[in-house]
Amino acid sequence: MFPVYEEVLARLDKGQLSSFPGGVHPEGHKGLSNQTQIVDLPLAKEYVVPVRQHIGTEGTLLVRPGDKVLKGQPLTQSSQPFSVPVHAPTSGTIAGIAQHVTAHPSGLDELCVTLKADGHDTWYPLSPCPDYAKVEKVSLTEKLCDAGISGMGGAGFPSHIKVTTNKPVEFLIINGVECEPYITSDDRLMREHADGIMAGIEILVHLLSPKCVVIAIEDNKPEAIRVLSKQVETLPHIRVATVETKYPAGGEKQLIQVVTGREVPRKGLPLDVGVTMFNVGTCFAVAQAIIEGKPLVERIVTVTGQAVKRPGNYRVRLGTPVNHVLSQAGYLGEKQTTPQVIMGGPMMGFTLNDAAVPVVKTTNCLLVPATGELTNGDDERACIRCSACADACPATLLPQQLYWHSKAKEYDKAQEYNLFDCIECGACAYVCPSEIPLVHYYRKAKADIRLELDEKAKADKAKERFEARKARLEREKEEREAKHRKAKEARLAAAAQPATDAPASQSSDTAPKDKVAAALARAKARKAAAQKAEAQPETAPAPQEEAPAANDKKAAVAAAIARAKAKKAAQNATPPADSADAAPAPEGETDNKKAAVAAAIARAKAKKAAQNATPPADSADAAPAPEGETDNKKAAVAAAIARAKAKKAAREAQQSADDNSEKPPVQTEPAQPEPAQKEPEATQSSPAAPSAEEARKARIAAAVAKAKAKKAAKDNDGAPEQAAKTGTGAQETTDKPDADKQTDAQADSDTVQKKADPADEKKARIAAAVAKAKAKKAARDNGNND
Amino acid sequence: MKLNLASSPHLRAKRDTSQVMRLVLYAMLPGIACQVVFFGWGVIIQAFLAVATALATEAAILSLRNKQVKRNLSDYSAVLTACLLAVSIPPTLPWWMTVTGTFFAIAIVKQLYGGLGYNLFNPAMVAYVVLLVSFPAAMTQWLPPEGVRATALSFTDTLSLIFTGYTQTGLDVTQIRDVADGMTSATPLDQVKTGLTRSSTYSELLASPIYDGGLFDSGAAGWSWVSAAWALGGLALWRLKVISWHIPGSMIASVALCALFFHLLNQDIYASPVFHLINGSVLFGAFFIATDPVSASTTARGRIVFGALIGFWIVIIRTFGGYPDAVAFAVIIMNMAVPLIDYYTRPRTYGHPRGKA
Repeated sequence: MFPVYEEVLARLDKGQLSSFPGGVHPEGHKGLSNQTQIVDLPLAKEYVVPVRQHIGTEGTLLVRPGDKVLKGQPLTQSSQPFSVPVHAPTSGTIAGIAQHVTAHPSGLDELCVTLKADGHDTWYPLSPCPDYAKVEKVSLTEKLCDAGISGMGGAGFPSHIKVTTNKPVEFLIINGVECEPYITSDDRLMREHADGIMAGIEILVHLLSPKCVVIAIEDNKPEAIRVLSKQVETLPHIRVATVETKYPAGGEKQLIQVVTGREVPRKGLPLDVGVTMFNVGTCFAVAQAIIEGKPLVERIVTVTGQAVKRPGNYRVRLGTPVNHVLSQAGYLGEKQTTPQVIMGGPMMGFTLNDAAVPVVKTTNCLLVPATGELTNGDDERACIRCSACADACPATLLPQQLYWHSKAKEYDKAQEYNLFDCIECGACAYVCPSEIPLVHYYRKAKADIRLELDEKAKADKAKERFEARKARLEREKEEREAKHRKAKEARLAAAAQPATDAPASQSSDTAPKDKVAAALARAKARKAAAQKAEAQPETAPAPQEEAPAANDKKAAVAAAIARAKAKKAAQNATPPADSADAAPAPEGETDNKKAAVAAAIARAKAKKAAQNATPPADSADAAPAPEGETDNKKAAVAAAIARAKAKKAAREAQQSADDNSEKPPVQTEPAQPEPAQKEPEATQSSPAAPSAEEARKARIAAAVAKAKAKKAAKDNDGAPEQAAKTGTGAQETTDKPDADKQTDAQADSDTVQKKADPADEKKARIAAAVAKAKAKKAARDNGNND
Repeated sequence: MKLNLASSPHLRAKRDTSQVMRLVLYAMLPGIACQVVFFGWGVIIQAFLAVATALATEAAILSLRNKQVKRNLSDYSAVLTACLLAVSIPPTLPWWMTVTGTFFAIAIVKQLYGGLGYNLFNPAMVAYVVLLVSFPAAMTQWLPPEGVRATALSFTDTLSLIFTGYTQTGLDVTQIRDVADGMTSATPLDQVKTGLTRSSTYSELLASPIYDGGLFDSGAAGWSWVSAAWALGGLALWRLKVISWHIPGSMIASVALCALFFHLLNQDIYASPVFHLINGSVLFGAFFIATDPVSASTTARGRIVFGALIGFWIVIIRTFGGYPDAVAFAVIIMNMAVPLIDYYTRPRTYGHPRGKA
């Protein structure tokens, strides 16, 4: 059942309105305050303007204590679409910006600007815009926002949001129903400022382009109906609808139902059924803001009840403390045994906890009842399930069930009975013969449910986090286990290999590498032995120098070639004629010998290297600590080289000692193109000493190398083991050092002596540090994870 | 200035629970008056007996439950229960039966379930059924209406009869119930029920002297007037908006329709709708018993279902059951169904899609 536009219009033309279910008929008491004209309330000495006076967020403050402000000067700036500014109610000085008790059902303190009036009441420069039709809609909307217009009926929804809609508006309903007893501010406004209201309506029509405008007024306001009907006589698109007096006909949803027969869907907006609604007070404020440029600094407030001497409607500046209003209206304290002031009507208004509370944009009434004036029974009895409440409920809820479940804190049940569709109009509590404060129970239940939802959302988030973490830990564990498994397999494979074919492994896998290493080591050892004196000081200051390494290689190759040649020559037993530098006679012999020695050394080295190389592969996990392996290997190789070199050097030294100075050229290798030049120098400068000194040097170098190797092995062993134990895959971090090491490895082994201890040590240290850091991190991660 | 805080709404309708109960009591007056006219002072004596017992029982149990005695007694709910029971029982019932019944209604049916508002069953009707099942003979010994009865019964005679079992002249209830021609009178429903089992036809039975002077052809003397008086009080309650039309309306309509259905099937053995309506306690039950807010359905649609099904059970039990009247049984059966009815008859809330609560 959704009445289409034409259907609704036809019924409106016939004066037929729908009704809403339920509703109550409390005594109006409107005559108390609607007999007199609206009176300007005299200026107060001090105003307290809450920064936030509507739904949404507050604006940002523009003033500071001590600032002089003029009437209508903005005190805050709209910073978000949902905020509207507040303005100075009169000219004066900002006395302070602090927390102050405000019009809030819970009596909460809010940030307020306190303004000391100077009494001049001087306007801030205004920018009227009477020709609004020529102005762009966007700037009109902006003007509305800047004027601080928010709904003046109840909730205080910012008006500029309401007028910016893309949805088509069929009905613009102007709410002049004012269904609450006692309140007459809209009534008086309609009677006295119908033209202003009409101007506001025209502006809204311009902004929203509705198909039809309906001004809805309850039939207990015949004067207002008459005045407005006269106004719309010449305006065919606007009509006045007389609504049956029944509380809460002025509720937005109820009035939409009455006028159009449509229901706003649950969780929907009036615009979803092509309707938008403005209060008459808001319309008047809109006209003021656009046509006269006046921001919202005052509103009509009904001050009524039998405990005031002059009940009536007052034009009150926003921010006026309630006690100032009451004193002007003639508060009769003796008529109240317990002082009580209600802001709003008797049905939905709330009692103030302090009379220093300021009047705000939504304050339509201040009700000061004499004792016994309101039948506010608080003699709560048992519910007799008479369901008078259900008959009164305009939302067709079952208040007795809501009460039952709310009281028992069965909130899921209460929600099943649509607790959140309750508009808290109070009709149920009004009719309840057992005087049960039903609305109070619903409010509490709603608050509890909201709190519960908040907590649930928090808990859900925590759970989500926890689950994600658990999944991550699980994943990591699996990865770790997979890694371990792989490592174990590798280890088993590695262990199986030497066991089954130990001799083969030497020749197959490690042999070629070791042969190369041996060759290189040989060449290097020779070269080193020959040129250590020069090379070391040379490379020490510039360890990164790569050229010598390349040269070395070349030299080594050359040496190898030369050696091979020499061997061949020896085999041929023909004295090599080409060995120009060396003495021809002993050469063949020494060469032969040397070659044999070199071969032996190479073999030994290879063996040793193989020995050294295999254990690390066994002990260290190949996958998690590749860097350790290479380091170990390298260190082992270096150690082997050093050892071999040392041995060789010792042997050579012995040999040379044996041969003594007779065979100085022994040291000078047959083919060492580059160092050849230096060598003679060395041998020449100290022909007798070199062998002894060289041996010593070589030994020292060997010791240093050994120490280094040991240290590197120790450092590397420790770290990778730890890393393996904690088991975090640190592959990506090892990638780079790995690459470095791979490239370095050759140069390193090539230049063990030459390329110097500092660099190597540094590298080893860095590697160790990296490993250590990694291990630490892994340990920390593990700790966290657990 | 320290201000007094209160929760909205600050305005309340002036009708409270005790007012509702008092209004129901006032509405009972025509019915009670009519019963006094036709059945003597017994009704009044029973009412006082029951009210006194009810108040005493309620006070005792309230104090046992640590509740405010005076405040709870002032809601008149116990008084109403007592009166409803008092007008349902035969006016000459021995006093201790009345006391037992009332005690049962208040102590067991009402207070043991949590007091006012928490009882599942209508206390007066449960008490009535308990008495009927416990003392079937005494509970069916209704005096013939005034005018049909041979012996006149004064107030003191009635008092004596209730408290001692004999009138001041030494007659017991059975003797008083002898009508002029020496035949024992029963209630019209009883009469028809027994008559039908003796294979008399319905129309033959209506020719019996007790139906003379009835409101309608099929109305027994006195009973039809009493029913009319209850209906009058009930309509007043409806006008005063103490009760809604749903339960009485649907219940009366249902009794009429069900009775009509059977009557059309066979006019000789099934009584007419009018007979069903104006004899026994259908109208009393429709306006005063089934509308008990505590134990009745609370939704508008639910009330219609509730009332209709009570009417259905009344006709079924009267026609096929062992008891001549069935209002109490029917009400108790439907009291049990109230939570179910309420659950499935929830109204559609504003803004919710149709077909959903």
